[in-house]
Amino acid sequence: MADRDENEAFGGARMNRRGVLKCMSWAGTGVLWSLSGGVPRSLGLVGEAIAAEPKANGFTFLQISDSHVGFDKPANPNALGTFQEAIAKINAMPTQPAFVVHTGDITHLSKDKEFDDADQAMKALKQKVYVIPGEHDVADADNGKAYLDRYGKGTQGKGWYTFDVGGVHFIALINVFNFEPGFKSAGLAKLGDEQLEWMEKDLAGRSTSTPIVVLAHLPLWTIYQDWGWGTEDAPRALGYLKRFGSVTVLNGHIHQIQQKVEGNVSFYTARSTAFPQPAPGSAPAPGPMKVPAEQLHSVLGVRTVNYVRGKSPLAVIETPLGA
Amino acid sequence: MFPTRAALLGAAGVIALLFAGTAQSPSAGETTVPAAANPAAVKIDNFNFTPPMLVVAPGTTVTWINADDSPHTVREKDGKFKSAALDTDDTFSQTFTAPGEYEYFCTIHPRMVGKVVVKPAGSSS
Repeated sequence: MADRDENEAFGGARMNRRGVLKCMSWAGTGVLWSLSGGVPRSLGLVGEAIAAEPKANGFTFLQISDSHVGFDKPANPNALGTFQEAIAKINAMPTQPAFVVHTGDITHLSKDKEFDDADQAMKALKQKVYVIPGEHDVADADNGKAYLDRYGKGTQGKGWYTFDVGGVHFIALINVFNFEPGFKSAGLAKLGDEQLEWMEKDLAGRSTSTPIVVLAHLPLWTIYQDWGWGTEDAPRALGYLKRFGSVTVLNGHIHQIQQKVEGNVSFYTARSTAFPQPAPGSAPAPGPMKVPAEQLHSVLGVRTVNYVRGKSPLAVIETPLGA
Repeated sequence: MFPTRAALLGAAGVIALLFAGTAQSPSAGETTVPAAANPAAVKIDNFNFTPPMLVVAPGTTVTWINADDSPHTVREKDGKFKSAALDTDDTFSQTFTAPGEYEYFCTIHPRMVGKVVVKPAGSSS
């Protein structure tokens, strides 16, 4: 499989500063996931593949990420609006996903008003929403108190937890509390010893045939060290997952789709419902990127990922939609 | 030990901060400009703290202003002081009384680091 297909950002370097309003037509999307026989398959972006249906013995769930409620800069003057738009699209899907996961950066500045607005928006969903924080959600002066007061009930440690649906074991990890300051390091995220020990125990008694889905905000593989797009102690977590036959890691944070397959582990990052970010290294720094609508639809808007389990290793095929 | 004079102030708040600094200075009204009435500034721009190292006299109030589109925080590495998330044009101020070196970073972008060195005026080291 070509590197281009495996690890391609969505053309960030080619975008210019036009088309802000039109970008809203794609920004408010989530990723629909179908689990059939325990193997997640992305059915594409909401609005592009809503006709897709899970097999009789499977189910779908939906991933939204990086809503940045409260963001109001030129890259998207109304991030709450596009988040609400994404939710309306989910509600309009003919086959409703079993549940929704939000992989962090719910808010932009960890403000109560932003959490309130986000909660209000998510209340419109018919499904349960499983959330994890991004670094923007724990940026209050009290180191995450605003988030944990709201979402920490019934969780372990500093907010991590697991849940099971249809025989699939979901592990919601948090890697935004233990950043290694960049004095002598790259400033990558960390899961931390306490969480890793908890994770090891959680997985210890499980059958290797249990499909595992891991949620974490920052990628669990290093996509771009210079921008801190990686998790320093992720290899330890992945070590615990090695013996399982099907492991899927869903991340947010980088506001673009990237993917990688390593053995039985498939890694995917999601788009934002708020604004895109530049491809790794294509700009002096990460951050909100203004994008032209007319390029977006051909470059970003109609791409889907089908996960097809091959013999070994797991095969990934990317299929553009509606080309 | 590390009183936070002001957090999350907008542009108008900066003016209020300057007045507050002057009013609280024991030297207010004298011709000598006290250190505390001449607060130092660190600009946060393009994912950098500028200057990355700032040397000030004890009693100086340092003000960080975020000039980026992205929010940032200012946190001393051991948590001695920490701002809330600073949106564009938000400021955070910290008064330094005790001599020493204070390394800080942005918890949202931990690659961003800076240092404030507090030492008496005329000190050679």
